[in-house]
Amino acid sequence: MIDFEPSDEQALIVETVRSFAENELRPAARACDEGSQLDPGILEAAHELGLVANSLPEAFGGGGERSAVTGCLVAEELAWGDLSLALGILSPALLGLPLTDFGSEAQRASLLPAIAGDAYRPGSLALLEPRFDFDVYHPQASAKRDGDEYILEGTKCFVPWQEGLSSVLVVASEGDAPQAFLVPCDAAGLATEPESNMGLRALPTVELRLDGVRVPASARLGEGAGADLRQLVGRGRVALSSMAVGVARASYEIARDYAREREAFGAPIATKQAIAFKLADMATEIDGARLLTWEAAWLLDQGADVTREAALARQKTVQMALDVCDGAVQVLGGHGYIRDYLPEMHLRNARGFSSFEGLALV
Amino acid sequence: MPISFQLEDNTVLAKQHFNRVAREQMRPISRKYDEHEHELPTEWVDFWWKEGRKGAPGRIDGPNDGFVTVCVQAEELCWGDAALYLRMPTPALGGSAVGAAGTPEQKERFLSHFRADGHPIWGAMAITEPGAGSDSAAIETTADYDEATDEYVLNGTKIFCTAGEGASQVEGGFVVVWATVDKSAGRGGIKSFVVPARTPGMTLVGLEKKLGIRASDTATLRFEDCRVPAANLLGSARVSKKGGKKTGDKGFKGAMATFDASRPIVAAMAVGVGRAALDFVVEELGRQGVVIRYDAPRTSQTAIERDLMEMEAELQAARLLTWRAAKLISSGKPNNLEASMAKAKAGLAVTQITQKAVELLGPLGYSRKLLVEKWMRDAKINDICEGTQQINQLIIARRILDYPSSMLR
Repeated sequence: MIDFEPSDEQALIVETVRSFAENELRPAARACDEGSQLDPGILEAAHELGLVANSLPEAFGGGGERSAVTGCLVAEELAWGDLSLALGILSPALLGLPLTDFGSEAQRASLLPAIAGDAYRPGSLALLEPRFDFDVYHPQASAKRDGDEYILEGTKCFVPWQEGLSSVLVVASEGDAPQAFLVPCDAAGLATEPESNMGLRALPTVELRLDGVRVPASARLGEGAGADLRQLVGRGRVALSSMAVGVARASYEIARDYAREREAFGAPIATKQAIAFKLADMATEIDGARLLTWEAAWLLDQGADVTREAALARQKTVQMALDVCDGAVQVLGGHGYIRDYLPEMHLRNARGFSSFEGLALV
Repeated sequence: MPISFQLEDNTVLAKQHFNRVAREQMRPISRKYDEHEHELPTEWVDFWWKEGRKGAPGRIDGPNDGFVTVCVQAEELCWGDAALYLRMPTPALGGSAVGAAGTPEQKERFLSHFRADGHPIWGAMAITEPGAGSDSAAIETTADYDEATDEYVLNGTKIFCTAGEGASQVEGGFVVVWATVDKSAGRGGIKSFVVPARTPGMTLVGLEKKLGIRASDTATLRFEDCRVPAANLLGSARVSKKGGKKTGDKGFKGAMATFDASRPIVAAMAVGVGRAALDFVVEELGRQGVVIRYDAPRTSQTAIERDLMEMEAELQAARLLTWRAAKLISSGKPNNLEASMAKAKAGLAVTQITQKAVELLGPLGYSRKLLVEKWMRDAKINDICEGTQQINQLIIARRILDYPSSMLR
């Protein structure tokens, strides 16, 4: 039966994550953005909630509660708190979920227990490439088989690169087929250059150059056909769509509350239709975009191919988040433009969703 | 129950059934009754009375999706033709009002004919007046109680009454008329009355000529000393100075609550019209070799692909907002905010989708050889009826800001 209400269990998770986001992420958001760094204490504290571990297989120490819909609920709440911290908190999933979905038994056994373990272990997926005509399904980075090894060549960008990262999952084309390779961060021929972006300033990312990097054949994710990039991209789009909804909701709520407080001509500006109707449209668009995203996530949980639905959810949430955050800056007027308030950061972060791929997974 | 997008088998059966009805019974006469504006579409009316109202055959034991199933039915039939949908012999909005505020006796008295044999009949609701549209509380039609005969005497003029011709003229049908029993009481004085068809004093003044939904009869009705028994009053006779808020009186608030149920249906109608246009464009362009590549990088997507993807995403967002509002009704939960969100979103999205459909098809889209231009004209009503875009924005805004109507007008 069709239903738009989270189950009791899902509602409890949402409540827990929302309160964590409100009490831990939101107060730290501005300082992290200004300082261009994530707060390690918060990452550890979030790890204790078991958000990533919960979705990993029980056989490797996880909770065995995999659900893309639940993943979306979690992603939205965290991103509502702060997008950079949310991406940091969920980064172990960038390794954990592809391993779960596509990894060989040996690959899963060697890495999943640590990801599901007591200490926070950052993860990273190198998917994007620094070209305007980048095609996520056909990366230019290449992997050539050479005996028992693969040789990786190419340049990836927007690769999360936190302290403590031990290996990165690099997507490169083996012939015509994109595959994912586990590459140790200290591999010979691998060079990084820190990036600085308009938004997501707290999340450390690098441009990753692969110059004849050799990895053993066993570093390729999965056996036989390997990784299903179509599914991986879909999972990334759904996760990021939920985060776009979270960022938009955060910005909208600030604008709504500001409009109720701020007086002009003797009355709160929210009593003016020009402001009130803008807020009404923002609220409606956020809800519509969320439902589209949930539907794509639900289809993922049914095992369906979501290429179409994830593309539509992405297209919708990218524009919605930008419009809503821009609207929030506008409602706050001059106060929206200064860094005392969060909407200017939300606007910078929201614009990124048109560029981001694979920064989060469900 | 967790979040789920799984429709029950019975809903899927209903969808298939009403899609077939739309395809076989509505589409073939769609253009004819767009052009013959005030003519009764007899083949459709007769079909609905004899066959259509029985619902989907072959229903299996087990649940459906409640009000979501009702929305699915509305979407399918409006995919066929929204104007013919509004012309179906049913209790329509008048029935919703009786269902929401009527006593069991009133429900039996006014609605049982719609389940009986005999000739096709219609129900309707008359709210709008020449001087009062969205501001329903400003209506001027009066209802004076005559103690001697235990009757109410109605005087005034109602416009934009959907199905008003059938409901006022064909024996067995009825019009639910909003009128004030006490102008000084404002909203608290507004009550609704069931006026049976052909009641003396109720006159059909004329039918509107419209941009679209031309097969739907939009009537002007005049009430001159039109007498109805006091037993035809829906809800309590008590006049509340507080608009019924504290007394639990279902008067004005009860009448407004009808909209919480009707707005999701109007939204579903909109989605049906929008889908008709989008399906047609996708099929037609597909024939000419244009296929949407959902997996193409943006730099290689064509402008048409981008347009089509945006239309698909907007239509689905509107549909899901509609189903959410409908689901709340089935769950017995308040849906005032969600119903207005669905209606505001669907009305505007579908207006834009159908306009874009005409554009994408070029001269073909503009031609009356195809139905696309008709769908564009039909779609626009959904941005206006049951509360305009702006009225629904107002309702949403009051809800999200937690403002009473006095704070945000």
